Amino acid sequence: MGLTGIQIFKLMPKTNCGECGVPTCLAFAMNLASGKAELDKCPYVSAEAKEKLAAESAPPIRPVTVGTGEYAVKVGGETVLFRHEKTFVNPPGLAVMVSTAEEGASVDGKIDRFKKAQYDRVGLKLRAEMIAVKDAGGGADAFCALAAKAAATGAAMIFMSDSADVLTAAADKFKDKKPLLYAATAANVEAVGNLAKASECPVAVKGDGTLESVIALSEKLTAMGVKDIIIDTGTRELKKAFSEQIMIRRSALKDRFRPLGFPTIILANEMGDGIMEEALVAATFIAKYGALMVMSDLQPHVLFPLLLARLNIYTDPQRPMTAEQGIYPINNPDENSPVLVTCNFSLTYFIVSGEVEGSRVPSWLLVQDTEGLSVMTAWAAGKFSGESVGTFINKCGIKDKIKHKTVIIPGYAAGISGELEEELGAGWTVQVGPREASQIPKFLKSFKA
Amino acid sequence: MTFQPSKQVYSGKIREVTLGSGDKAVTIGGRGVFAFHSFEGAVPNAPKIAMEVWDKDPSADWCEAAKAPFSDVLSDPAAWAKKCVSEYGAEIIVVQTKSADPNGDNRSAGDVAATVKKVVDAVDVPVVVWGVANHEKDTDVMKLVAESCAGRRVSLSPVEEGDYKQIGAASLGYQQLVVASSPIDINLAKQLNILLGNLGVKAENLLIDPTTGGLGYGLEYTYSVMERAGQAALTQEDEKLQQPMIANVANETWKCKESNLSTEDAPELGDAAQRGILMEAVTAVNLLIAGADVVVMRHPEAIKLVRNYIAKMM
Repeated sequence: MGLTGIQIFKLMPKTNCGECGVPTCLAFAMNLASGKAELDKCPYVSAEAKEKLAAESAPPIRPVTVGTGEYAVKVGGETVLFRHEKTFVNPPGLAVMVSTAEEGASVDGKIDRFKKAQYDRVGLKLRAEMIAVKDAGGGADAFCALAAKAAATGAAMIFMSDSADVLTAAADKFKDKKPLLYAATAANVEAVGNLAKASECPVAVKGDGTLESVIALSEKLTAMGVKDIIIDTGTRELKKAFSEQIMIRRSALKDRFRPLGFPTIILANEMGDGIMEEALVAATFIAKYGALMVMSDLQPHVLFPLLLARLNIYTDPQRPMTAEQGIYPINNPDENSPVLVTCNFSLTYFIVSGEVEGSRVPSWLLVQDTEGLSVMTAWAAGKFSGESVGTFINKCGIKDKIKHKTVIIPGYAAGISGELEEELGAGWTVQVGPREASQIPKFLKSFKA
Repeated sequence: MTFQPSKQVYSGKIREVTLGSGDKAVTIGGRGVFAFHSFEGAVPNAPKIAMEVWDKDPSADWCEAAKAPFSDVLSDPAAWAKKCVSEYGAEIIVVQTKSADPNGDNRSAGDVAATVKKVVDAVDVPVVVWGVANHEKDTDVMKLVAESCAGRRVSLSPVEEGDYKQIGAASLGYQQLVVASSPIDINLAKQLNILLGNLGVKAENLLIDPTTGGLGYGLEYTYSVMERAGQAALTQEDEKLQQPMIANVANETWKCKESNLSTEDAPELGDAAQRGILMEAVTAVNLLIAGADVVVMRHPEAIKLVRNYIAKMM
């Protein structure tokens, strides 16, 4: 990515031996440049060239993992500025902050909400995965006691303290959990850097509100051999933070500027007045390049919209989200309830199931695998034909659940009704439903099998 | 290494479009940089929030949280619009002509246009008239609206490939604006702008509606089509996409299930009112970042949040 094929070619042995599988070194270099070949395939490349190419081929934004187990958060590794250029890959971690200055009941409430707020959506589990533990000057014991509460949830943790001693005590106890140590500043970079190295935990640098200060800190840590770094520029003003996040991502990707090639952390709790404003700060940096978001609280009505925003922005634009093929009972249907069939494009599923639910008419919704295509597209591509829908209905098991022999198809697929009736066999009727999902409630209310 | 911030090269600019007439006319667009990128170029006009008003009493469709702030005016669109302006400082009003829907109330075009006229007369801020995306009915309504609101530079929306000739012609006759609406597809958006241009609609009277998907319901499609349109307009000199964009946010976010479930029915989703407000505000913020110049909103609390947000980002 960094080097062009020609630049790589200069580092090649230029023997054109062909042992790598392509006839010339130039062709091999071109393949390397486009990521189609591995350097290991060349038996004669020099050690010096290897080192140079390895450094150049490292990801422009370092992937960093905070935490362990099922709550571990992997961030960084991004390769584009705009999601439509490819996709964003590692969704930002959402953290709730608890402080040693906080009342026990308040801490317990936050941790309780953290544990409970989990949502299923198209086969994915949506939830926050991090707890930030903040030292309010109460010393190492108080901090470790609070960290123990956070650790008990399994959450990925951020340890926040100005005191290297407190961080050292906490890292000593919890380093196996791979918490993020926050933060190395100009005042303590030696001590915190050494701690990160010794404990093998990721570490955040905190600048003074300038990118230059961040660069100085990350260069210093890199020179010390610390690799897993997270950036906090120190800026808390929304507009300035926005410009910094863009500069950081651009410098890392476009210029391969290593000192800024790290994921970033956003202290939304210090940037908004109240959790509603904090939510808009988090929403901003979910879209524009934040990797970890710290909130003062994660009330479900705040968390849920942010989880959706994160899901939407980090959905791969090249691969539509899909619902699982199968039978979805809605509003407790029985053997006489209407049967509707649709495609498995997740948006279609959400909207159709939402309308059916809203109608309060007990119904069976059959979702056929159309590889994530919408009804019209799937129909045009032959993936929602009388034959495919018929085969699906015959095999999915709905016939054992109902007594009638009627199925409702989407209005846009009206053309398949004849073929589908044949496929379903004697006695079956296919009814053409509305084209728009919004008309489903009206349709269902007047529906007779 | 010395640090040299990477520069984005811009070669185009979003056109300025002025909605409405008189002292309260609102100008949008004009920036030559991506949304909120004032650190690399001038952003002469802040994006705007338009407040929506329905032309029929929405009580049967709206949840408590959405109804509460407007309970005294829901059955009177003109009073409702006035309240938006005087109490909530609305700079643009959007009348959603829901009563025209042939699959719903199916009120006559004449009655619908008369209600729109009352709203337009009740306020001095610009008005966008948002139809029901039924080509025949919208054409009938918009023709009457274009005529009866002559001189007010109202925006007729949505103008689609299936009715652009009729509504476009109506806009030309009375110097109104049009909102060109395409189904989340940058090529179709561009094509419709070309068609409208061929018809004689001037660029200074043209907005783009790329079609809005709400949070959790296709937001990412709108987000990316807006970013792509912005890149084409600002960095690839694509003249036909250099129009300001409008996103019909509230209409999408408030109809989804999660915005309407009560606190009692879905305790796991927290406070119903706050949830609905944030579903709306988060959608608006993400689309503003993607490049929306106008976001159409409903709840005063969501509007307050987003208004403060825009002020901080400008």
